[in-house]
Amino acid sequence: MRIITEAARWAIPFLLFFIPLYAHFRKVPVYETFVEGAEDGFKTAVKIIPFLIGMLVSIRIFVDSGALRFFIELCRPFFDKMGWNPDLLGIIPLAVMRPLSGSGALGVATQLIHQYGPDSFIGRLASTLQGSTDTTFFVLAVYFGSVGIKKHRYALKVGLVADAMGLFASIWIVTKVFG
Amino acid sequence: MVNLIWLFMLLTGIVVSALSGNINQVTESALKAAELGIEVAIGLMGVMSLWLGIMRLAEKAGLIQSLAKLSSPVIRLLFPDLKKDSPAFGPIILNLCANILGLGNAATPFGLKAMQELQKENPYPDTASSAMITFLALNTSCITIIPATIIAVRMKAGSSNPTEIIGTTIFATACAMGTAITADFIFRKRSK
Repeated sequence: MRIITEAARWAIPFLLFFIPLYAHFRKVPVYETFVEGAEDGFKTAVKIIPFLIGMLVSIRIFVDSGALRFFIELCRPFFDKMGWNPDLLGIIPLAVMRPLSGSGALGVATQLIHQYGPDSFIGRLASTLQGSTDTTFFVLAVYFGSVGIKKHRYALKVGLVADAMGLFASIWIVTKVFG
Repeated sequence: MVNLIWLFMLLTGIVVSALSGNINQVTESALKAAELGIEVAIGLMGVMSLWLGIMRLAEKAGLIQSLAKLSSPVIRLLFPDLKKDSPAFGPIILNLCANILGLGNAATPFGLKAMQELQKENPYPDTASSAMITFLALNTSCITIIPATIIAVRMKAGSSNPTEIIGTTIFATACAMGTAITADFIFRKRSK
């Protein structure tokens, strides 16, 4: 475990040290080349703005209006009927938020961890779920937006299927390990 | 599908706001979200420039190419449409490594660079290529060995063992990633 933490700590300084040094030995004009590449960063960041705003506006209205909470409440009787652990209801806001918004999900996870306690079932489940998948809608909007892809084909389906699997796997493993 | 979900979230949000007598919320949320979009993009600008600058150095020095050549046959198996020596492999691998180490800031620039390379080999520039979708699938479900942020949150909340969720997180991500790869494979076969 320590080794991995250390590796993460050293990775960026190492890259910043090693790549320019190696490039210099290969007779690359380091400063000019760096600036030339950095210019692209600016252009790419500007290019993704409309896609980002489009996604964020729709998601934000959906979440802030209470529509998300409304749909979660709709799920409640279904959970009762299925005879599932009612504790699991606590995780739904995070499960729905996770693919939509990174900062939103972190907010919900933090709130759950404080509300139920970090070492409770929901606290552990929220921690596991938060770390196990990325924000599908954000990645989709930004990555496709940056190169002007408008037809996503089956990309969203793949992302959401993986998110659902992440949720079920989290519930299963947390129950198994800590249950 | 994205169009429908986008429309659904937007319209139901507005309807729920209207029904709960809180229609002002819509205006406020929309404007705030638009502002946030700019903030995120500006925030990305700095890191993007830094990493794309370093990337260009690595590219000119031939490092990216060697990395692509070194890339394990496993990665190549996942991208059957790409040429064997495709320049996209370099940034794809860097992106996955950054994700695994939990360096989200570095992962996005590498990922965007990979998309640019993939776009060069894409015959229909407005439509996602299969390789792009595979890359996205890997990206949204990528294994993080150290979920640093959530460990910090747990620590602050007074957990007796903040890191105890690392094992369960790795297991859950591995399942998600396996599913992503399988689902991608099935959908790709079906779309042909």
